[in-house]
Amino acid sequence: MLRYIAKRFLGLVPVFFGITLISFFVIHLAPGKPTDIQTSLNPKVSFEARMRLEKLYGLDKPLGVQYINWLKRFLVFDFGRSYVDDRNVSEKIVERLPITLLINISSMILILFIGIPLGVISAVKKGSIADRATTVFAFFGFSAPEFWLALLLMNLFAIQLGWLPISGIKSLDFEYLSLPMKILDVARHLILPVAIAAFGALAGISRYMRASMIGIIHEDYIRTARSKGLKESAVIYKHALRNALLPVITILGLSVPGLIGGSVIFESIFAIPGMGRLFYESVMARDYPTILGVLSIGAILTLLGNLLADIAYSYADPRIRVK
Amino acid sequence: MKELIKNRIAFAGLIFISIILLFAFFAPFIAPYDPSAIDANNILASPSLSHIFGTDTLGRDIFSRIVYGSRISLSIGFIAVGIAVMIGVVFGSIAGYYGGRLDSIMMRFVDIMLCFPAFFLILAVIAILEPSIFNIMIVIGATSWMGVARLVRAEILTLKERDYVAAAKVMGASDARIIARHLIPNAIAPVLVSATLGIGGAILVESALSFLGIGVQPPTPSWGNILMDGKSTLGVAWWLTVFPGIFILLTVLAYNLLGEGLRDILEPRLKE
Repeated sequence: MLRYIAKRFLGLVPVFFGITLISFFVIHLAPGKPTDIQTSLNPKVSFEARMRLEKLYGLDKPLGVQYINWLKRFLVFDFGRSYVDDRNVSEKIVERLPITLLINISSMILILFIGIPLGVISAVKKGSIADRATTVFAFFGFSAPEFWLALLLMNLFAIQLGWLPISGIKSLDFEYLSLPMKILDVARHLILPVAIAAFGALAGISRYMRASMIGIIHEDYIRTARSKGLKESAVIYKHALRNALLPVITILGLSVPGLIGGSVIFESIFAIPGMGRLFYESVMARDYPTILGVLSIGAILTLLGNLLADIAYSYADPRIRVK
Repeated sequence: MKELIKNRIAFAGLIFISIILLFAFFAPFIAPYDPSAIDANNILASPSLSHIFGTDTLGRDIFSRIVYGSRISLSIGFIAVGIAVMIGVVFGSIAGYYGGRLDSIMMRFVDIMLCFPAFFLILAVIAILEPSIFNIMIVIGATSWMGVARLVRAEILTLKERDYVAAAKVMGASDARIIARHLIPNAIAPVLVSATLGIGGAILVESALSFLGIGVQPPTPSWGNILMDGKSTLGVAWWLTVFPGIFILLTVLAYNLLGEGLRDILEPRLKE
């Protein structure tokens, strides 16, 4: 098992370098040089001063050398300083990351615990009202814009009914609350964002689960299990479900970038100080170092998500490890 | 086509898409008002006979803006997917046809592209370039071709072993000719399905970008930026949020239904 994990991990190394290359390429799409902000806008800056600045930032070196230097700093998560407040970009990210992870992991759990049972039910009772309802729900989930749902739910539950807080992650009197009340307070703030984040992927997972389960139910070994006289529930939950889950694990891994990307939308709607909102703010301010930092961290998180999915898969299906 | 009519749900999708296309083509005849005509006497008017979907913060008619917005939203959807399909088909067929080292390098590149949260990448590029309609189309296209590339590669991998490909080779057909004339036309069915589903996806991305203010810039109406105005007036003017959202939802739904229907028709082996 360890060997398998190590092998998968090694396989990620070239992908990691690819990610850094593309990120590097993306910032170099920007017209002009990073020092333009300090120089072009100021006519008093002399040519020599400009050259000195470029030398200071290493911009006089060939692109390949610049990439290597940048990569060296990247490996220790040094993304430079933000143009907006001159703070370390990595510091800013570390500050914002936990809340985004909390929301994404919670919605992942929600996806698993609702999406998989929904898919199983609609596969086992194919053609029933429950199946049709799930299908309609799934298509709705695929097609509804997240931000629109967020606005509608916010209007209903927070503005009209007043059951949930409108935005942010904690109340104004948060500091004076006892610990259990603090947890409850944050949870109340996160209900809507987590539900919204989970919604689209949930619909997808339930469809995949359904298709995968329907495929399995017609396999020979299921017929064998049935003809042995096993109870229907044992056939479904012991024999079919385990195998039907396998492809879904991969799909879950693949849904990580969507979740992370989606955090831009719901974090800016609900004013949640997470990584998505940080990204949005830096995009609006054209804060390139921060944009680049968040972009790469997002890709690395996805990479880790895929690795986790691979490990989970090999755990669930020992055949994979041998191959 | 006959089968498409028989598949009632997919056909419903097609009908709705046709209606929206009519909106886009004949916008000046369908829209009752000029979409950017400001009417200071009718600010945030609720839906009525004269403004069936109400008016926005500048008194502009929401229905007219939705009708004109369909032009922008649909053309971004079509062109972005067109770009994605072109890149994906070329990339996938080269990787699949030549195989070997080239294939594994090219497919690694696809893996890498798939690692970036697409929405992050799109935002980053749009932030660096200007958020114009043209840039949005290109960036959405350039970040969504990977699925098509994988599909095409998989199809080509099996197709290239067929006898007719060997026959073409023996007759001296060039690689480019074999790929373009013999392989791609036979691999196009799954691409068509994924492109149809992709149009819905691209419309969603465009609306999200415009909603965040990084997409289509006002005063040009797009379904997303009409919603952007709705955000600040949610409590007082629900019609600003509800109607454009329903149009996005139904249009994307229509493309998804049509895509699923096409999948059933074109790829019968996948039918449950």
